[in-house]
Amino acid sequence: MSGASTAAGYDCRVAFADTLIALARADDRIVAVCNDSVGSSNLGGFREEFPERLINVGIAEQNMVGVAAGLANAGFIPFVSAASPFLTGRAMEQIKADIVYSGANVKLCGQSPGVSYGELGPTHHSIEDLAWMRALDNLPIVVPADPEQTRAAVLWAAAFDGPVFMRIGRHRVRSVSDGRDPAWTPGRAEVLLEGDDITIVAVGTMVEVALAAAEHLGRAGVHARVLNMASIHPLDRDAIIESARITGGIVTVEEAVPRGGLGGAVAELLAVEHPTRMRLLGTHAFAPTGNVDFLFEHFSLTPEGVARAAQDLMAAT
Amino acid sequence: MDRHDPPCTTTDEITDLALRIRIGSLQTIANAGLGHVGGDFSVSDILAVLYGGILRVDPSDPQWPDRDRFIMSKGHAAASLYTALALRGFLPESELATFAGPHSRLGGHPDRSKTPGVETNTGPLGHGLPVGVGMAIGARMKGATWRTYVIVGDGEMQEGSNWEAIMYAAHRGLDNLTLLVDRNRLQQGAGTEETNALDPLDAKLRAFGWDTTVLDGHDVGTLWDVLRQPVIPGTPRAIVAETVKGKGVSFMEGLAAWHHRVPTDEQVDQAIAELTGARS
Repeated sequence: MSGASTAAGYDCRVAFADTLIALARADDRIVAVCNDSVGSSNLGGFREEFPERLINVGIAEQNMVGVAAGLANAGFIPFVSAASPFLTGRAMEQIKADIVYSGANVKLCGQSPGVSYGELGPTHHSIEDLAWMRALDNLPIVVPADPEQTRAAVLWAAAFDGPVFMRIGRHRVRSVSDGRDPAWTPGRAEVLLEGDDITIVAVGTMVEVALAAAEHLGRAGVHARVLNMASIHPLDRDAIIESARITGGIVTVEEAVPRGGLGGAVAELLAVEHPTRMRLLGTHAFAPTGNVDFLFEHFSLTPEGVARAAQDLMAAT
Repeated sequence: MDRHDPPCTTTDEITDLALRIRIGSLQTIANAGLGHVGGDFSVSDILAVLYGGILRVDPSDPQWPDRDRFIMSKGHAAASLYTALALRGFLPESELATFAGPHSRLGGHPDRSKTPGVETNTGPLGHGLPVGVGMAIGARMKGATWRTYVIVGDGEMQEGSNWEAIMYAAHRGLDNLTLLVDRNRLQQGAGTEETNALDPLDAKLRAFGWDTTVLDGHDVGTLWDVLRQPVIPGTPRAIVAETVKGKGVSFMEGLAAWHHRVPTDEQVDQAIAELTGARS
């Protein structure tokens, strides 16, 4: 885990699994619940060390989430780890009724979110999860951008008494935390780059894309401000309003449907508090066939695409 | 006998408790102008056996870690659950009059954040049993001796989530879990068998690996006996309790219309007369 902070192209799933194992060593209430997803969730090491604390219900997501609620009732701290499309889509009502409405102390960890399953197509993409989870009453939603943030979010979730949803990315990402300690604070955005011409608000895999877009813009003489909004709920209202005041236009970027996702969250806030022209970038629709890189190009989720949207917005305001 | 022990020591006392649950539910529903009296009456005897004779719980400390867990998965039978909880001491009986009113702790469906003694929020069907499976696994992992009981409505057995849970409970050998099916043969609009047939329900449960007993769900003595018998090690227990919707009231029994019809004052009086008359 220690090498994660400097290794470019590190997998957040490894940070997730390593942190969970470290937590489990220190606290016997920590258990993992999964749906045949030991491999895809990187839980092999957890199973090896704590075979009796890995509850694998098989391919049965509704039961998986219900079982987690029951384990929480019995005093455990379950981390449900499953591919995000099936965790959120298949078990939505269990998440609503058994976990969030019941206030069960369960951590819902959506693995491989967004379009990370690439060619497997829209059935396996999880682009709706942020909108669905945001609709639930006061559910903390965390989208770590790198391994350090993943680690910080998992540690926080274990200590927090209540349900949490977090996305655990499958893409290899470079570190954007830059040695910050803590790498992530609940409810707080990180200003990764100061700038006064335009603001780019990004989450997860799109944070490094936003930083690269800012470099593009810099070469054109545009000073972009970049925010990592890893906490989608609660939202860092002050950071967003302040950025809107400083730069005017705001571009949001996410590997998700912006309707109800990060884009929706920022737009809802600004519409009420500080009306601001925006561009909402994301995976707007069911994707065509293609690998992840192709899909990012298709949806303009590239440094060039984000820079272009920023310049369009500046030209329009 | 410590304060955690169930209060009834005889079948007569449990029968009396069932009568009080029925009358309390009826008055609660009539007062609120809404509820599901048919399903409350089919499940009242089962609730009386559980709260009167089986469950080790602590009304003065609802979160007592070693309590038996009980889930009313058919959350629409909230009025009978609240009445049973009140009679067991979890809430004042007078509070039943607030059922479904503004900001009442007693909502149309059970909510653990509001009502002491409720373990998980139910209402949408097919939710209670998976949660119960998680509780039973948790007890096993802790080496705890408390048991988990789940009541489901029979119509609810059409939900796939229940069969996911039934399969997994047997796989895990959860002999500390008991499923009670309120087999009243009626769902909201029609009979279960004409809608999506459940029979042979006992054979299905046995095929899934459960120790399954079919009994008369209004015969409290037999139900109490079965629940007190030793479990088969490594085998979850299912009881298919054959019941009658609206049991005990001539004009309600077996009629789908009484799923959620609200009785008039005259009907309440007649129902109470019939219920108490049958008891005396």
